Amino acid sequence: MKRAPLLFLNVFAIATCGLIYELLAGTLSSYVLGDSVTQFSIIIGIYLFAMGVGSYLSRFIEKNVADKFIEVELGVAVMGGFSAPLLFLTFANLSYFSIVLYGVVLVIGTLVGLEIPLLMRILKDDLDFKDLISRVLAFDYIGALVASLLFPIFLVPRLGLNRTSLLFGMINAGVAVWGTWLLFPLIKSNVTIMRVRGAVILVLLAIAFIKADKLTTLAEDALFADNIIYAKSSPYQRIVVTKGKTGYALFLNGNLQFNSFDEYRYHEALVHPAFAAYQGAPKRILVLGGGDGLALREIEKYSSVDFIQLVDLDPDMTNVSNAVPALGELNRHSFADPRVHVTHADAFVWLDSTDTEPFDIAIVDFPDPNNFALGKLYTSRFYSLLKKKLTADSAVVIQTTSPLVARKSFWCIVKTLESVGFAVRPYQTTVPSFGIWGYALCKLKPFDQPAKPPPGLELHFLTDNSFASMFEFTGDTSRPEEDIEINRLDNQALVRYYEAEWKRFEQ
Amino acid sequence: MDLSRRELLTLFLGAPAAFVACQISAPSKFPDGEIIGQSASLGHVLREGRSFEVSPDNWESRSAVIVGAGVAGLTAAWQFRKQGLDDFLILELEKEAGGTARRGTGDPVGYPWGAHYLPVPFKENTELVVLLDEMSLFDGRDANGELLVKEQYLCREPEERLFFKGRWYEGLYPSVGATDEDKRQYSEFQKQIDHWVNWRDSKGRRAFILPVEQCSDDAEATALDKITFGNWLAQNGFTSERLIWYCDYACRDDYGSKVDQTSAWAGLFYFCSRVRKSGEESQPFITVPEGNGQFVDHFVQGLGDRLRKGTAVVSITPSEKGVDVVCFNGGTLRGIHAEHVIYASPMFTAPWVISGFREDPPFAASEFQHNAWFVANLRLKDRPKPRFQKDFPLAWDNVIYDSPGLGYVTATHQKGIDYGPTILTYYYPMCAEPNGRTTLFNYDWKQLADVCLTDLSRAHSEIYDLVERLDVMRWGHAMISPRPNFIWSGIREKAAKPYRNIHFAHTDLGGVALFEEAFYHGLRAAKEVVTAKTQKR
Repeated sequence: MKRAPLLFLNVFAIATCGLIYELLAGTLSSYVLGDSVTQFSIIIGIYLFAMGVGSYLSRFIEKNVADKFIEVELGVAVMGGFSAPLLFLTFANLSYFSIVLYGVVLVIGTLVGLEIPLLMRILKDDLDFKDLISRVLAFDYIGALVASLLFPIFLVPRLGLNRTSLLFGMINAGVAVWGTWLLFPLIKSNVTIMRVRGAVILVLLAIAFIKADKLTTLAEDALFADNIIYAKSSPYQRIVVTKGKTGYALFLNGNLQFNSFDEYRYHEALVHPAFAAYQGAPKRILVLGGGDGLALREIEKYSSVDFIQLVDLDPDMTNVSNAVPALGELNRHSFADPRVHVTHADAFVWLDSTDTEPFDIAIVDFPDPNNFALGKLYTSRFYSLLKKKLTADSAVVIQTTSPLVARKSFWCIVKTLESVGFAVRPYQTTVPSFGIWGYALCKLKPFDQPAKPPPGLELHFLTDNSFASMFEFTGDTSRPEEDIEINRLDNQALVRYYEAEWKRFEQ
Repeated sequence: MDLSRRELLTLFLGAPAAFVACQISAPSKFPDGEIIGQSASLGHVLREGRSFEVSPDNWESRSAVIVGAGVAGLTAAWQFRKQGLDDFLILELEKEAGGTARRGTGDPVGYPWGAHYLPVPFKENTELVVLLDEMSLFDGRDANGELLVKEQYLCREPEERLFFKGRWYEGLYPSVGATDEDKRQYSEFQKQIDHWVNWRDSKGRRAFILPVEQCSDDAEATALDKITFGNWLAQNGFTSERLIWYCDYACRDDYGSKVDQTSAWAGLFYFCSRVRKSGEESQPFITVPEGNGQFVDHFVQGLGDRLRKGTAVVSITPSEKGVDVVCFNGGTLRGIHAEHVIYASPMFTAPWVISGFREDPPFAASEFQHNAWFVANLRLKDRPKPRFQKDFPLAWDNVIYDSPGLGYVTATHQKGIDYGPTILTYYYPMCAEPNGRTTLFNYDWKQLADVCLTDLSRAHSEIYDLVERLDVMRWGHAMISPRPNFIWSGIREKAAKPYRNIHFAHTDLGGVALFEEAFYHGLRAAKEVVTAKTQKR
């Protein structure tokens, strides 16, 4: 049997695997650490350097080259194959993540760097030097091309990062096991033991491959379509800003909060109806949530306002517009306005424990109630606490998720507001990034729905003619006949409705 | 430069690996802390049987003296004041009132040292309803007249979670991975519960209701008291491991004893007494960060110097006119001539304190046996992180399956404080150990802290990094033990009768260590005293 051509197939496989691991590390690090340009260039640099280290180390291997080659293959299979799962599991602890990441890249790079020199030394007896170099390097580069095409087109969309990593680990292990036959005459140590080890590694990788679903749901669903330009894990949430064709988008824990191309629709519809419903000139405004400063931008259009209290949980959130200048421009540097006073606190705890003068208007703009900590911000208890911060004439608006996608959730919030004595005027509008989106406009006494936005404002979305239509509900968004629970602290009914309704849209 | 292969490998490959390894194997931190309270030594002075001479200047007179400022004693004081009997003293051995309902003060919230919730009473428990109403815990009543407790006092969702096979799940019964047989047995168990919830005797009484005094004494129900709950489960064909764990957990949680140490009557009492009708949910829980300390605080308000803490009652001697009480306070022996005494301390102590009791016992005090516990309060700089995205989040009550401990309660939960520092209260009944109480007092702080942290680290590997302080309370006589042939043996009725002018009031007399029982007996004893005084006049 002529083994050279088959060994070139090995070169091809090895090269493909090697580049895949590099791409995996680059993708994962730019996802977790943000800033893909920096991350990819650091990963590529470390990886190539480590390959150089590996190549250098190959000179210290003098005897039993074939044995060592198979050992190295098995090493790559384990390290490379489990690299993505390992990095996924390290996600939770970001302080370790970069250490593990660069460590893994160094080890894999070094092992991959050992492969080709060892293989060339095995092949050197079958071919002359000129042929050897040209063919090995040619297969090496073809492998790299195949990997770089397969990775974005097929592997990531179809298999996901974990399975890709495990699959190529299996290919490496396969090369090793196959090598025990191919290089049989050259192998000095016990071939059976080698094959058993190879088989064990293959089986482990295969098991992980089958079970990979559970790992994948851990984080991969949060992979973003656009480039990440800012990413930070605060103690409260993971903040990610992306930039794409349509503009900037902000995600909290993977959930879209706004996209710059249509956020004005959302924020004009959030802020101005409450001002329109308030009789007189509002002075004191309370904003709960809204750390992106976009609602502030709309509020600051009113000259009667002399005090804006914003309460947001996360200092990193209110700082995003400093960290990402484009967002500062988008909110027109709304935090710099001297009328704005920022407090970092959980709004529930703040309402429960802080004495303030009452507010004329309250804008409540929290993320959707997808967990219990957020769910409490939509409970009757929360709204009772909010009432204590209002006057009899105050107007309140609350973002209330999508009445189309989460119809029961939407009406659950309305009903909860009614249960503590608010008169509620629900309304909805279309925000393309989100879909049909809902709000609840409330006062502590019955009131007529406002007919048009307050005059004299610079608005892009709201018009006098279209304003009233926001208060119309269609057949698929109107209040359902069925009984809906009030969201209380001791039942958190809303979180359960919300989860059930949005789950229908998960894959 | 001539590097060997090994050196080179170390240089390039070893560095990151070594770095990570150093971080992982760094010696795990151990928090500060101490053992708090429970004056066992002071309590044990009583056993020495010394004689106590009070100087004549140190005598005073009162209409009534309450011995013990736990919930029973405090309830008696509350009732006295409501009935216009203001001339009383309440003497407490410990530095703080409250007994096992004591609380600690902390930042950002207070925390319990023992009892941490009260199920919403049925409307029929009218006197308890009066108390809660006085504390303005109610919003009103529903159409059926049942009480509506204000939202902020009802245990906030998520209420419970269970750490089972490496993950957190909602609820206490582990339903994940249950076999069909497990499910069948669980639903069969629920049918048994329903049967007993709906059961009525010929007088229309329920088998299980609070207070125990109102439970049926019909032989069909009380026969359950003759066997252990473990036996009852076996006799009814319940073999499912997870169901037995669930029942065992329930017994340990409410009584501090295992399923094989608890009477079947008490076991079923746990499941049935707070369910109105079959198929309905158990009554919701009233709770605040400091647990039942909120009731203690309410009771203590307005007692002023009538409450004397750090006061050990050393002898109670019935006399011609009433009762002479001798106590030890701040190094001085003081005496009180009282017309009546309410003895609101654990029953087993009566023979050591009440003169003449041992010579001619009105009841066998040694029948009142107690289970030992320890409770730890852990101050955390931050919450443990979920290991898996789908892990059910931190709840109020967090239980670890197959643990000798009972898990922990999150003090900040009820206040909606969901981020940052918190306080966890960890409960451990000493029922797995053969000599629980002796073992408990042989352990020092470090050993008890180690038990707690080792247990918690199974679910939260980072617990050592998060805990800043860990204090421990040892409860040598935490809870009356509802072992078989105790509750319905007749001993409780005997002990609830006054001995001369001494009236007994304690949860012990209910046979189950519950707030409702302490409240009931405190109230009953106070009324007995007031009635006796009125009749005398």
